Amino acid sequence: MVKRIYLDHAATTPTDPQVVEAMLPYFMKAFGNPSTLYSLGREAKAAMEEARDKVAFSIGARSEEIVFTSGGTEANNFALEGVTFANERKGSHIITTSIEHHAVLETCKFLEKRGFKVTYLPVDEYGLVYPEDVRKAITDKTILISVMHANNEVGTIEPIAEVGKIAREKEIYFHTDAVQTAGAIPINVDELNVDLLSMSSHKLYGPKGIGALYIRKGTRMIPLLHGGEQERKRRAGTENVPGIIGFGKAMEIAQAQMEQKQCQIANLRDKLIKGLFERIDGIRLNGHPLQRLPNNVSVCIEGVEGEAMLLNLDMKGICASSGSACTSGSLEPSHVLLAIGVPSQVAHGSLRFTLGRATKGEDIDYVLDVVVEIVNKLWAMSAV
Amino acid sequence: MYSEKVMEHFANPRNVGEIENPDGVGVAGNPICGDVMKLLIKVKGDTIIDVKFKTLGCGAAIATSSMVTEMVKGKTIDEALRISNKTVAEALDGLPPIKMHCSVLAEQALHAAVKDYLGRKNKS
Repeated sequence: MVKRIYLDHAATTPTDPQVVEAMLPYFMKAFGNPSTLYSLGREAKAAMEEARDKVAFSIGARSEEIVFTSGGTEANNFALEGVTFANERKGSHIITTSIEHHAVLETCKFLEKRGFKVTYLPVDEYGLVYPEDVRKAITDKTILISVMHANNEVGTIEPIAEVGKIAREKEIYFHTDAVQTAGAIPINVDELNVDLLSMSSHKLYGPKGIGALYIRKGTRMIPLLHGGEQERKRRAGTENVPGIIGFGKAMEIAQAQMEQKQCQIANLRDKLIKGLFERIDGIRLNGHPLQRLPNNVSVCIEGVEGEAMLLNLDMKGICASSGSACTSGSLEPSHVLLAIGVPSQVAHGSLRFTLGRATKGEDIDYVLDVVVEIVNKLWAMSAV
Repeated sequence: MYSEKVMEHFANPRNVGEIENPDGVGVAGNPICGDVMKLLIKVKGDTIIDVKFKTLGCGAAIATSSMVTEMVKGKTIDEALRISNKTVAEALDGLPPIKMHCSVLAEQALHAAVKDYLGRKNKS
């Protein structure tokens, strides 16, 4: 059997065994509905609130500012629709960037159909948004600014605190999609000057199907889901108790390990980037060389196609990803690569490895050998 | 997402390479996704006796390239012209709908190579 090396942690992570352990009692033992008054429900409620405390603490927020959602997509939809629909009378303009996740971009497109105006700010060749561009885009109609904390494809970390400062100055709500950064790098909502922040549990070794939106106290918004009075009337529906407990535990572990893991993973990332550049000609790094996620390696290799590389890597047990048109299902290369100025032809050869807690130095050595072998094989076969 | 046959041809592509002094060369590119395929044929009498390809492209592009070379070897020029992207895709036990355009590349490169051969023949 080929050994498996999982290097697609930006897509999802394996659930930590301690997280699964923490969740188990809430399926069959303490299964009560947190909204009930008997002890079985109260027990679930207490555990849920403890998890909320952990998530809030990890980003420097208050517990009552955390609303649990079904994941990052819902958190992003909730932030954008919740704020814009509640503040329609104040204005109808939203500012975001051209490299956001589809959960933000598609929500913006939906809002455009409902009469809102959206400005999609460009980014530079490293994927950076310029705070001054945000300032210039603001009009007296602007009600929301949404800029992602770090990009999922190219790994660039955006100057959120600076953008937030401008938003605060102009009294405009500011949202950040922190799905790639929560649990990976330090976050403090006050230092970042954000009013809303999206998180997803399965990106930080927690279970899938659970996430959260931080909503700063006093933020005017309407709910996305209507029904019962759960989550302080901001998100109806019986809470996903095991998911919430798992998310809380995952966040607690991530916080405890962050400093050490961040360093270890970043060293392996740099080893992989260095190795690729030493051994392959015609390669370019996507994203910012320094201001990037500790686990992200995104490159474009000339003369090869991303999907062909992924299929070959899979045959050698390596899980990775690509922004090539041939992998997108839409015949378009990744919107992020196009936004940072990568020509479609070059984006064709994009390859992304996202490392994780369990990644070892020997894994990187193996990956380097395999990638070089595959690239040479594909080059030999290439018509160009 | 791919059939076993596609994966088999992708993993072990047949007839990769070049032909010295080919009788016909066809190049087809897909401007939508950036795939490029080059197909070379050697003809004796009316029969395609050798065929090679080189492709820059995804799994489906490589598998269809490989399959079309297998299908065309030993066929007459007329028979080769009757091979369509549909017959190539069928021979691979189907392609995902989004990947059907890759099989068009194989058909185009083959037909271009045959036309190139016929053009040269008419000149001489």
